[in-house]
Amino acid sequence: MTDQILQTLTAVLVSILFCLLYFAGSNFLIDKIIDLPIANKNKLERIRSGVRPWLFLAPAFLLLGTYLLYPLLETFRLSFYDSTGDVFVGWANYKWVLEDQNFLITIRNNFLWLLVVPACATALGLIVAVLADRVWWGGFAKSMVFMPMAISFVGASVIWKFVYDFQGPQADQIGILNAMVMGLGLQPQAWVTLPFWNNFFLMAILIWIQTGFAMVILSAALRGVPTETIEAARIDGASELQIFFEIMVPQIMSTVLVVWTTITITVLKVFDIVMAMTGGQWDTSVLANLMYDWMFRGGGDYGRSSTLAMILMFAVVPVMAFNIRRFRTEEAQR
Amino acid sequence: MKKYFSLPSLAAQLLLLVIVTVWVLPTFGLFVSSFRVKEQLTTSGWWTAMSTQTRADMRRTGGSQSVALEGEKFVISGRLFGPEANVKLKSFSLKSSAPSQFPVGTKVEIADGQVFDEADGQPDGTLLVNEDSSYRLELNNPYDKDRGVRIFYVAESPPVFVAKNYAQVIASEGVGQAFLNTFKVTIPATFIPILIAAFAAYAFSWMNFPGRKWLFIVVVGLLVVPLQMSLIPLLRLYNQLGGVFGIESKSYLGVWLAHSAFGLPLAIYLLRNYIAALPRDIIESARMDGASHFQIFTRIVLPLSLPALASFAIFQFLWVWNDFLIALVFLGKAPENIVLTIKLNDLLGSRGESWEILTASAFVSIAVPVAVFFSLQRFFVRGLLSGSVKGG
Repeated sequence: MTDQILQTLTAVLVSILFCLLYFAGSNFLIDKIIDLPIANKNKLERIRSGVRPWLFLAPAFLLLGTYLLYPLLETFRLSFYDSTGDVFVGWANYKWVLEDQNFLITIRNNFLWLLVVPACATALGLIVAVLADRVWWGGFAKSMVFMPMAISFVGASVIWKFVYDFQGPQADQIGILNAMVMGLGLQPQAWVTLPFWNNFFLMAILIWIQTGFAMVILSAALRGVPTETIEAARIDGASELQIFFEIMVPQIMSTVLVVWTTITITVLKVFDIVMAMTGGQWDTSVLANLMYDWMFRGGGDYGRSSTLAMILMFAVVPVMAFNIRRFRTEEAQR
Repeated sequence: MKKYFSLPSLAAQLLLLVIVTVWVLPTFGLFVSSFRVKEQLTTSGWWTAMSTQTRADMRRTGGSQSVALEGEKFVISGRLFGPEANVKLKSFSLKSSAPSQFPVGTKVEIADGQVFDEADGQPDGTLLVNEDSSYRLELNNPYDKDRGVRIFYVAESPPVFVAKNYAQVIASEGVGQAFLNTFKVTIPATFIPILIAAFAAYAFSWMNFPGRKWLFIVVVGLLVVPLQMSLIPLLRLYNQLGGVFGIESKSYLGVWLAHSAFGLPLAIYLLRNYIAALPRDIIESARMDGASHFQIFTRIVLPLSLPALASFAIFQFLWVWNDFLIALVFLGKAPENIVLTIKLNDLLGSRGESWEILTASAFVSIAVPVAVFFSLQRFFVRGLLSGSVKGG
């Protein structure tokens, strides 16, 4: 145990020292040692100020290049190669995908997730944000709804698997959902294996986690709505619901969109929840799980898993474009 | 003016109360369950944890090996439950159809044919069962079966809360080891990207170089790239490097670097938003006084950016601690490498019905991030608000 603590601390210290050494050292180098015998002092200064930004950027772009940019191109290339990654096969993997029964179920599930989770999480987040501003215990309520954000997807899966627990049709239930269902006089169910509907029970977990995120962002946006407008509407006799739908919602629409797209990205990449709850069985698989399966199935099929990763990437591109456009308009206003 | 007691306000309170209850109950149920003993946890819902449980069940006496000869009688005696079980028996019987036939503390005659198959016209013996579950079975003939006689009973067990589930998972299920491994992954992976990102963010904010705008747009784009994209090429790269240098392809160094790199786009984005918003005057007057970029960065910008650095550190800490996929691919499941999320997922597979194990393990894994979250919520919210798009 002390061994591990020591190793951890060493890693932290070494990495920080390494960074400092690099930055300080390289700056020292370009300040002192590259004192080239160039007559023109201004020209030397220009070279320095031309090089220095790249010294600041180099470590970051080295990591980004190795871990994100190079893999992006390599995955794209591999998606046109066979399972070993050596033989060019053209569009074969993409054709296979379109005919694979598992893929069709998977993509249907992904669409369901994309339709349900961002909508529910955003709507619930907005409701909590609005309500919490009106009650004296709103801060506490927000904290409680926000808390699942800190819990891992696997941890949340254990929490909800316990909620969905099924002890057999006649037995006393220890899962609270089945206990309530029995309390209403209905048949308890093995929710996680229920065809088609089980997807929604998995989605509930992600909604439970993401609502807090939506709430925090939207709550801040709501506070930005000018109170004068709201007061004026109130004096004019508008009801609370009218104020909400006709004054507040239009003003925070751009924030709602940001929240929606951010949750959409999270949904596209969802993997842990399905892995922990069903392992993709009972027709609950999603793209990330299918991709992981093919990555290791039968020693790994590089071509097919790369193709599945690329499909995930294509799905992300519209959101990426949206983010970049938003960033550029924000920059223009700076 | 806010009105707390008008009708719409009451409706709002009620609705919010329902939502908050739904949000809290699952975690609360898991928390309560992790302190219950296995016998109670697997037979009754956690919402009944505070009340005394009454239930009918069956246990066996000792078998032929525990028969003692006392005079004419063949005696089997002992306890149905260990003394620590804290179970109170109410009634007992030898018939499954009527477990409440005899109150405890009475000595009853066992009818002919009840214990021994052959009928000899005599009662088979007597049975006494007490409230503390001790029993005494006196038989008239030798008992030769390995499995004991079945005693049906109705028992009351008062609520018991113990910490032994935690002791068990930490010591013998390997969760303690996984907890330390998770720390070993998380701490360096949180610290490494901070300085690297801060320097890059400074360059993006206050230095002039060709392509500045476009490079930053690349960073914004990378924010949302799914890390699934990176897995296969990196796995191949790690395996090749491992082969060339003769090192293990699954290593802590590999996972630290992977987490650092995947955290970088968000780090650069968050810090750049913050650093670019620092007052221009401060930085320009320092430039006038002849300070170099490096000095400005270390003496002015870094100290001023501490809140943003803290925001990112919390993000990265929670993200790495809760990560499952990267650790699974780059670190694997060996006992000295396994992290809590993977351990928990394995337990779900191998001990899927052992809720006393699962609940306690889950709480060990979520305790640290939840504590960090509640104590540093302010920074976390600030980080969320200044850059609400997380990639990886």
